[in-house]
Amino acid sequence: MTDTPLTKNMHADGSPVDLAEYEASGGYQAIRKVLGGIEPKQVTGMVKDAVLRGRGGAGFPTGTKWSFVPLGPEVPNPTYLVCNADEMEPGTFKDRLLMERDPHQLIEGMMLASYAIEADVAFIFLRNEYRLCAERLARALSDACAKQYLGKKIFGSDYSLEMHLHVSAGRYMCGEESGLLNALEGKRANPRLKPPYPTTAGLFGKPTVVNNVETLACVPHIVNRGAEWFRGLSRTRDGGTKLFGVSGKVKRPGLWEAPMGTLVREILEDYAGGMRDGVKFRGLLPGGASTDFIVESDLDLPMDFGGLAKAGSRMGTGTMIILDDGTCPVGMVRNLMQFFSRESCGWCTPCWSGLQWAERLLGAMEEGAGEPGDIEKLSELAWMWAPGHTYCALAPGAAEPLESALKHFRDDFERHIREKRCPYS
Amino acid sequence: MLSAEEIHEIEAEAQHYPTREAVLIDALRIVQSHRGWVSDDALRDLAEFLHMTEADLDGVASFYNLIYRKPVGRHVIHLCDSISCWIEGYAGVRRALAARLGVDFGETTKDGRFTFLPIVCLGCCDRAPAMLVDGELHVHLTPDNIAGALEKYA
Ligand SMILES: Cc1cc2nc3c(=O)[nH]c(=O)nc-3n(C[C@H](O)[C@H](O)[C@H](O)COP(=O)(O)O)c2cc1C
Ligand code: SF4
Ligand code: FES
Repeated sequence: MTDTPLTKNMHADGSPVDLAEYEASGGYQAIRKVLGGIEPKQVTGMVKDAVLRGRGGAGFPTGTKWSFVPLGPEVPNPTYLVCNADEMEPGTFKDRLLMERDPHQLIEGMMLASYAIEADVAFIFLRNEYRLCAERLARALSDACAKQYLGKKIFGSDYSLEMHLHVSAGRYMCGEESGLLNALEGKRANPRLKPPYPTTAGLFGKPTVVNNVETLACVPHIVNRGAEWFRGLSRTRDGGTKLFGVSGKVKRPGLWEAPMGTLVREILEDYAGGMRDGVKFRGLLPGGASTDFIVESDLDLPMDFGGLAKAGSRMGTGTMIILDDGTCPVGMVRNLMQFFSRESCGWCTPCWSGLQWAERLLGAMEEGAGEPGDIEKLSELAWMWAPGHTYCALAPGAAEPLESALKHFRDDFERHIREKRCPYS
Repeated sequence: MLSAEEIHEIEAEAQHYPTREAVLIDALRIVQSHRGWVSDDALRDLAEFLHMTEADLDGVASFYNLIYRKPVGRHVIHLCDSISCWIEGYAGVRRALAARLGVDFGETTKDGRFTFLPIVCLGCCDRAPAMLVDGELHVHLTPDNIAGALEKYA
């Protein structure tokens, strides 16, 4: 049996692990250990050695991010830790599980991260629709406060930490880390110009680390069992296990914890049971709407932060969306562009106006009004959204499925234009 | 005027932030939870309470998908129109819902019972298609099972 630290305590019936049970299985030992005499810098060092990389999609090395935060008594208070629990990337459903089933694991991970960066206040930024997560996190926070695991001088140490739950009012841009900080300050979730980076000037202008739920949930295990053990969970250079999900027309859509570096094919066939009867595999988005399509010949690549580069793609959030041969690739990309267009914050012209245009071109194509030259126009739009052309990564994210669909499923686009109809409808 | 309850809830959230304005999004959510939506009157009450302008408040309120600046029905249906639900039969479910309700996205039924809205991925793509009714999740929808799902919302 492979080790599955993130999910091993979860109940099959869906009920949450409560405080007593979490502690009985070794919970809140990592924070006790650290407060008993491990320096903040050493915690960061452990996380670096563990090669923990950000599970929010970009894979930034977590320990390195923490090491950018200024430490020591001269740093003006407060320093903030923010847990990014916005999870609005279409096709992504992993953080929900961690919050619903084992909320204390996340809270302890946040405590350790907060200690490492000497944070005084921590926020969980939760998407509005995750109501069950909100109830269970609120309960877990109040149980932890009641035992004085949070608040002043926790576990009898000199370290104090407040932790609050913030429920969002709904917008994809809130997941972008600087947009998130604006939202927490009560503003529109437009992104901020970088630099300065949040680690030096973030929430209310103070040093701030933003980390994904799954990233933070790994930290107690690293502290308890060591960096080497954590690296050993993985089949590749990136440490740990990963939550992998599959949706679309497979036999068993779902979510599983498996070693980092598990092959795409194993997730698709062994975990998700392969394609349903009557449909064939055509391609997949490896980790949410903002990743490039890969195809059959790429299935033996490993799911880790670099493993899909050979196929021109990336792992993203690790939750795959499957395209089958009965589903129209043009329609699929149209749906994705509608999403990005609706959620664009409107700050950069190439993003908002380009997305509207792409949506119109694809809509026309689907309805039999596509014109010769439309494919080239779509390629140009995708090029306009390249990194560096816009203030945030929303538009570059939109380019990924569009460009890769034009590459892998070009015939389908051409047929729509030539036959003046959607061949799938 | 904000009610005593609204003020109490907003003040509880406000304690978490170093600035007064930061509580705005919580405040909008709280007011909406009491009044169903955020009317111009509600916006004025809040502006006064937070010492901000109505224009500033509206700029923020209108940015967020789940703050309603128009009245909604007694129950709000949010049907996921993102990619995994789309692959798994969203279009048929939407048609069946629209036919049953007699309204399409953005509209409220004549009897004021339901408002019908689209929403982005609800994070349960492995159980698609999915919708929320008053925040409650319904999954594995089909054109045939939606009527049953809606029954309990009177
Ligand atoms: C438009 C957009 C939406 C994003 N949404 C999320 C999200 O919902 N959750 C998340 O963890 N990261 C999201 N990210 C990535 C964050 O900006 C950030 O990189 C991440 O939270 C950092 O955490 P990590 O280093 O632990 O991965 C989003 C990025 C963009 C550009
Ligand atoms: S890329 Fe799009 S979402 Fe990002 S800042 Fe520009 S307009 Fe806003
Ligand atoms: S796409 Fe509908 S729940 Fe994710």
